[in-house]
Amino acid sequence: MTAPVIHIERLHKNYETAAGSVPVLKGIDLSINAGEFVAIMGPSGSGKSTFMNILGCLDEPTTGRYLLNGSDVRSLNGDALARLRNQVIGFVFQGFNLLPRADLASNVALPLLYCNEKKHARLMRAHAMLDRVGLGQHASAHPNEISGGQQQRVAIARALINHPKLILADEPTGNLDTKTGDEIMSLFKQLNQEDGITIVLVTHEPDIALYAHRLVKFVDGLITYDGAVMAAHT
Amino acid sequence: MNIQMLVEAWLAMGANKLRTFLTMLGMMIGVGAVVLMLAIGQGAQYVVDQSIASMGSNLFIILSGSTTSGGMRMGSGASPSLTVADADALAELPDIAAVAPASPDSAQVVYGASNWSTRIYGTTSAYLEVRDWHLSAGTPFTDSDVRAATRVALLGQTVVDNLFGDENPVNKTIRIKQSPYLVVGVLAAKGQSLDGRDQDDTILVPITTAQRKLFGNQFQGAVRFIMAQARSADVMDAAERSMNELLRQRHHIPPGGDDDFSIRNLTALANTAADATRAMSAMLGAIASISLLVGGIGIMNIMLVSVTERTREIGIRIAIGARQKDILLQFLLEAIIISIAGCTVGVVLGIAGAIIINQMADTAVVITGSSVIMAFMVASAVGIFFGFYPARKAARLKPIDALRYQ
Ligand SMILES: Nc1ncnc2c1ncn2[C@@H]1O[C@H](COP(=O)(O)OP(=O)(O)OP(=O)(O)O)[C@@H](O)[C@H]1O
Ligand SMILES: [Mg+2]
Repeated sequence: MTAPVIHIERLHKNYETAAGSVPVLKGIDLSINAGEFVAIMGPSGSGKSTFMNILGCLDEPTTGRYLLNGSDVRSLNGDALARLRNQVIGFVFQGFNLLPRADLASNVALPLLYCNEKKHARLMRAHAMLDRVGLGQHASAHPNEISGGQQQRVAIARALINHPKLILADEPTGNLDTKTGDEIMSLFKQLNQEDGITIVLVTHEPDIALYAHRLVKFVDGLITYDGAVMAAHT
Repeated sequence: MNIQMLVEAWLAMGANKLRTFLTMLGMMIGVGAVVLMLAIGQGAQYVVDQSIASMGSNLFIILSGSTTSGGMRMGSGASPSLTVADADALAELPDIAAVAPASPDSAQVVYGASNWSTRIYGTTSAYLEVRDWHLSAGTPFTDSDVRAATRVALLGQTVVDNLFGDENPVNKTIRIKQSPYLVVGVLAAKGQSLDGRDQDDTILVPITTAQRKLFGNQFQGAVRFIMAQARSADVMDAAERSMNELLRQRHHIPPGGDDDFSIRNLTALANTAADATRAMSAMLGAIASISLLVGGIGIMNIMLVSVTERTREIGIRIAIGARQKDILLQFLLEAIIISIAGCTVGVVLGIAGAIIINQMADTAVVITGSSVIMAFMVASAVGIFFGFYPARKAARLKPIDALRYQ
């Protein structure tokens, strides 16, 4: 077995607020290997999003170690972190986070703008990726012209465009109905099985968690369960 | 850099056209004002340079009467103390190239049915040399004309225009104070003098003719002023000293006594005038630059609003791999595009304004390539300078804060 994609030791995160320092993550240890499909569940406010943001290098831990792809994130400078976000990680948000002014192809191509891909190649790859998520015919539509499920597919296409090793998805189906959510999850499952992409996904819905192989439960900033996904545990 | 970034900047600006236009407006007005003010300043400078060039070089004017007399300022030329003989003596000095005495007076001139009132200078043919003045037609009067006090005249272009229209005046006869004078030549047009007078509104006649026949003279041989030209710019001071010495000696002024004449270095006076004009045009430019500065602050203001409004977009871009410098460049590009676009329109407005002023008022307005280039460079610099702070603010946003921003 190669080194884990994600390796976390004694990770703490405090938010500094007017009322003082609020501990949100209180000592997380977690390793995720390449090719795993992990679901994170837990009550609202237990620190799942906080944790995902740290995994995605969008936020920094207060203390503790985080090795991504073998390198200590704390030792990396801004440009190196940007490179990780660009090439290694694909982030999928609950709220899609597409650029409203850009058409779908440009939205999908956006990460390529930051790795010096030529314009022609950018658009070719964006169209290919839109085809893959079943939206090839909408390439020149704008985000407000398509449904939520379709928007999430665009966001996934954008996350995939640079062939990431790791996809981080924070409640990707939270804004979608069950049927659309299942379609999105099938797509994730396919990416995990066929492309070997490691997936970490936060959800509140037991049905969604069933797509994963491993379940991690957060309660009040600590992991209370880490093991197989079984109906009983969800 | 990436073409796509330019396109994105352009789209972002297109998303709020009115705001982009208003931001540009500040820049347009600033640049337009700078271009226009520089044009006006340079126009004024052009006029001054032109009159200096038309004055003749290394020039002195020696006036009768002292500038101060026993502490009292007297009008120059008050008592006629200079004579034609003084002029002849000055011409012998080694540093002096040419000397011309002159006695001006006004008179009515008639040709056929036309008449014109002008200034008539009694002088010698050396006057043309001293003033560096050429003829556009005919020949100058000669030394023998001066000796014989013949009734001949050289006409300035304005006089020709008013008396003759399109007719060739050479060898025609005009009447000055009822007496006939033969026109032997026409002086080439010189334009305005430094004090704004039309130098072409003049007639030159032999000084002897003026003194004996035209105006008469209570003091035989006295002249109002003498113009002298030094051999070169380097000997101006020496020439002034030797002329002063010679005239004091000729006028029997004891040591310590006041001069009964005054020598003025016209070239130095002209340079002072040129300096004053330069200072004025620099000041016009500086005042106009303030509006450019205000335009720049407008850009900064709007860019700050834009960064705040687009915080979420910035967060998304960072989340998918934009580096700080990518974000910086994106906002900087917007500021630069706004300032350069505003500047381009501003230059056009400035030039249009200059052309309108040129046609409405009769002042010279000069637009030089360098002033346009300067306005452009300053505008881009202003764009970069005032765009930098908001752009850096955008680039330094923490990804998670930017993404959470509502
Ligand atoms: N920027 C912040 N400043 C202060 N406190 C914060 C901040 N972000 C989150 N918190 C607090 O940290 C705790 C964990 O928040 P987090 O968003 O990680 O929860 P979550 O598990 O994702 O919840 P949900 O399931 O509702 O999405 C919450 O109590 C929240 O109030
Ligand atoms: Mg959450």
